[in-house]
Amino acid sequence: MKLVLHVWRQAGPQAKGDFVRYEVPDASPDISFLELLDLLNESLIARRMEPIAFDHDCREGICGSCGVVINGRPHGPQRHTTACQLHLRSFQDGQEIWVEPWRAKAFPLVKDLVVDRSAFDRVIQSGGFITARTGSAPDANAVLVPKRDSDLAMDAAQCIGCGACVAACPNASATLFVAAKVSHLGLLPQGQPERYSRVVKMVETMDAEGFGACTNHGECMAACPKGISVDFIARLNRDYLKATLAPPPEGAGWSGAA
Amino acid sequence: MELKSAVPEGPIAEKWERHRFEMKLVNPANKRKHSIIVVGSGLAGASAAASMAELGYQVSCFCFQDSPRRAHSIAAQGGINAAKNYPNDGDSVYRLFYDTVKGGDFRSREANVYRLAQISVQIIDQCAAQGVPFAREYGGLLANRSFGGAQVSRTFYARGQTGQQLLLGAYQALSRQIGLGGVKMHPRTEMLDIIVVNGQARGIVVRDLVSGQISSHVADAVVLATGGYSNVYFLSTNAKGCNVTATWRAHKRGALFANPCYTQIHPTCIPVHGDHQSKLTLMSESLRNDGRVWVPKAKGDSRSPAQIPDAERDYYLERMYPSFGNLVPRDVASRRAKDMCDDGLGIGGGHQVYLDFRDAVKRLGPTVVAERYGNLFDMYQRITGEDPYQVPMRIYPAPHYTMGGLWVDYNLMSTIPGLHVIGEANFSDHGANRLGASALMQGLADGYFVIPYTIGNYVAQAKLPPVSTSDPEVKKVEAEVTEKIKKLLAINGTKSVDAFHRELGRLMWDQCGMSRSRAGLESAIDKVRAMRERFWKDVFVAGAGEDLNQSLEKAGRVADFFEFAELMCEDALHREESCGAHFREEYQTPDGEAKRDDARFSFVSAWEFAGVGAAPKLSKEPLEFDYVHLAQRSYK
Repeated sequence: MKLVLHVWRQAGPQAKGDFVRYEVPDASPDISFLELLDLLNESLIARRMEPIAFDHDCREGICGSCGVVINGRPHGPQRHTTACQLHLRSFQDGQEIWVEPWRAKAFPLVKDLVVDRSAFDRVIQSGGFITARTGSAPDANAVLVPKRDSDLAMDAAQCIGCGACVAACPNASATLFVAAKVSHLGLLPQGQPERYSRVVKMVETMDAEGFGACTNHGECMAACPKGISVDFIARLNRDYLKATLAPPPEGAGWSGAA
Repeated sequence: MELKSAVPEGPIAEKWERHRFEMKLVNPANKRKHSIIVVGSGLAGASAAASMAELGYQVSCFCFQDSPRRAHSIAAQGGINAAKNYPNDGDSVYRLFYDTVKGGDFRSREANVYRLAQISVQIIDQCAAQGVPFAREYGGLLANRSFGGAQVSRTFYARGQTGQQLLLGAYQALSRQIGLGGVKMHPRTEMLDIIVVNGQARGIVVRDLVSGQISSHVADAVVLATGGYSNVYFLSTNAKGCNVTATWRAHKRGALFANPCYTQIHPTCIPVHGDHQSKLTLMSESLRNDGRVWVPKAKGDSRSPAQIPDAERDYYLERMYPSFGNLVPRDVASRRAKDMCDDGLGIGGGHQVYLDFRDAVKRLGPTVVAERYGNLFDMYQRITGEDPYQVPMRIYPAPHYTMGGLWVDYNLMSTIPGLHVIGEANFSDHGANRLGASALMQGLADGYFVIPYTIGNYVAQAKLPPVSTSDPEVKKVEAEVTEKIKKLLAINGTKSVDAFHRELGRLMWDQCGMSRSRAGLESAIDKVRAMRERFWKDVFVAGAGEDLNQSLEKAGRVADFFEFAELMCEDALHREESCGAHFREEYQTPDGEAKRDDARFSFVSAWEFAGVGAAPKLSKEPLEFDYVHLAQRSYK
C-alpha cells in the first residue's frame, strides 16, 4: 500500500522543527508502524539523507520506549495498542499520516520524534516504591493478599511508562501515571507503611517537574495502551486528600486503612 | 589458560553456606569508600545496583535505554521458578537443581546450579515484599503453574507479564537508591570498552548517546549485566537494542567467552511474515500448559484448521513424548517443529505449526483462558489479525536466549580480576539449554543474592591503587574508542547497517541456528569473514558522531556481531556432539534426539581472543557430575 507521511523533523532542542513530507510507495499492510518508519529510514539512507530518530526497543508493547502521536492520537488509532504493535492494516491505501513527538513541557524534545521522559523516573525516585531491603523479606506466603486486591494492583501495575497519557492530556498532566503507581502499591498490604507519604511525595514531584494538573478530561485513559482506568485517579485523590487534610498527629503513624 | 572455578569444598548443599562464611567482609564504614560500576539495568543489573547501594557501596549504573525501567527483562512473559513447594507436589531445592542440570543437558556447573536452586526461594520472598503483584489464589496465597521440563508446579507469575513486574520491582528498589544518592544513574549511555589497569578491571569508556561525548568512569570493580546476543540472528525475540558489544569488548580485553554456540531457539513465536519484519514476537511457553501443538497428518492439507477432524491431526509432541507431552523442554519442542516443517507437514507447507486452544476453551471456558493468557491472545491478534479464541495460533521457533556468555567462576568473576558478569551475560547456570522460567530466577539470584556478597570478597582482598580518568592507560582506551567511531563514520559506503545485519542474521540462522553441520559451519565462517570485510568497506553510517545518532549506535553493535559470529561458528564446529540446544546433524540418536559425547565434550569451552580473524585459543573447564547421574535426557 501507498502512504504519505508528514513527519516532525527537528535537529535538536534549540533547532526549529517542521513537518517533512515523505512518500512510501510499497508498504505491506502486515508490517508495524515502526517497521514503516524503518522502511522509510532505509530509503532515506539510500538517498544519503539522515534517518528519522525515534525511540523504540522491545517492539512488543511492553518496554514503553516507543511513542509518537499519529494523526493527533498518541500511539495511533487502535485502542490499547502501542505504536510498535500498530499494524498498517489499521490504515487505508493512500492515507496521509501525520507523525509527531509527545508534546509536553515536562518532556523536552531531544531530536525528531525523541523526547526526554526522565521526569517519570524522578517521580518514581521520589516515592514510587516499597522500601524492602534485599534480604529482609518474610516468607512470601506469610502475608496474605486477597485476590481481588492483587488483581486490581496488577491492573494498575501494568503501566509501561510510555507517556501517552501526558501526550494526550490537554494539561500535559501525569496524573494517570502517578495514580497507577500509587494504586498498585497502595492496594497491597506491603505498601501500607509508606502509603500516604508516598502519595504526597510523588504528587509534589510531579508538580515540580512541570506536569499540569488533572481536570478530568479522561483523554489519558483513552490513549493508554494498557487501558489503565481513571478510577485509579479517584483512588489517588482520595489518598492525597487524606494525607494532606487529615494527617496523623505528630509521632503517630498512618493507620494504613483508607 | 587454567580456569579456576573457585567452587568451595564440601557437600553440595553446604557449599554456598560455607563460602558465605569464608568470604572476606568489608566493614560498613569502609563500604562507602569503594565504588562499583554496573552496566545494564535489567533484572540482574538493577537488582545488583540496588542491593550493593543498600550495603553502602558507591554505585554507578549505566544503560543505553532512556530509562532503566526499559531493559529487555521487561518483556519476559511466563514466570519465575522457585523451589517453594507451596503446591505440596514433591518439589524441593534438590529437584529444582536436578531438573535444571538435566534440562541443561549436563553442560552446566553443578555447584552454581545448586546455589541457584537454593536462592530461588528467597527471590520470591524479596519480590513479594517489594509489591510484585504475583497471581494469587482466592485465599490470598500465591498461585503456581507448571512450565516446560518439569513435572511439578513451581512457576510464580504475574499474568503474562512476569518479567515486567519483577523488573519494575527491581527498578523501584534502584530508583529508591538513586533518590537517596546511593546510585548515580546514567541512562542513554552506552558502554564501549572496559579499562584494565595492572590486570584489573578498573572502569569503562562510554558514549553519551544524546551528545555523542566519549568519557571514562573508573571504579574498584565492574559488573556487566548486559544480557545476551540473540540479535546476532537479526530476527529474534530480543529488543532491537540488545547487543553483544559490552561482553565482546570485554572479551577483546582478555575475558574468556564461554560456550558461545549455546543459543536457545524458543518453540512458540509468531512466524516470520515478510522481508521488512524487524523482530519476532514470543508467545509465552506457559501457553503450552493449555495449548496443544499439532500439524495436519496429510501433506498439503489446505483445509482451515476447524475443518480438520482430530483423527487427521498429528499432536506430535503428545504422540512422541507421552509423559511430558506439550511440556517438553524448549530445545526438544523447537527441533520437532522444525522436523515437521522440513518434512513438508508445516501449515500450508511453510514454516509454521498450530498451537490450539480449542480444547482449553471447551474445558475451562473463555473467561478462565482469558484470565490466564488474555494479554498474550490480544497481542497475537494485534500482530496477526487472527483471534486465537476462535482459530489456533500459528507458531514457529525463534532465537530467544543465549546460554553462552563470558566465563565466570563461582564468584561470578570473569578471567579479568574485578570484572564480574551476571545474568544472561554470563554462561554459568543453564548449560546447553535453559528451562522456561529460569532466566528471571538466575538474573535476580545473581543480582540480589550472589554479587552483593562476592563483590565484597573481591574488594576486601584486591590491592586497588588509585586510578584516575586522566591516567594514560585510561586515555589510551578512550582514544581507541573515539578512533573506531571516526572510522565507522568515514567509510561512507553504499549499504545501510541494517542491510548488513539482516544478511549476517540470515546466514547465522541457516548455518548456526537450530541445527548445524561441519560443512555448513565451515562455509559460514568464510562467509562471515567476507561479509565483515565488505561491511568495513561499504557501510554507510549517516549523521555525525557528536549527536543522537541511532545509525552509529547500530553500526558499532553490528561490527561486534560480525566478529562474534565467527567465534560462535568456531565453537559450534569444535563441539562435535549434540547437546541441548546445540544440535549437530552428524551426532544424533536413531530417533533424532541430541546425542552427547560425555567422554570427549564434558567441559565448558572458554575462548580467548587472539585478534580479529585469528584463531581463538580454547581453554577447557572440565565438568564433573557428583550428584546428578549423567544420562541421556528422556522426556518420553
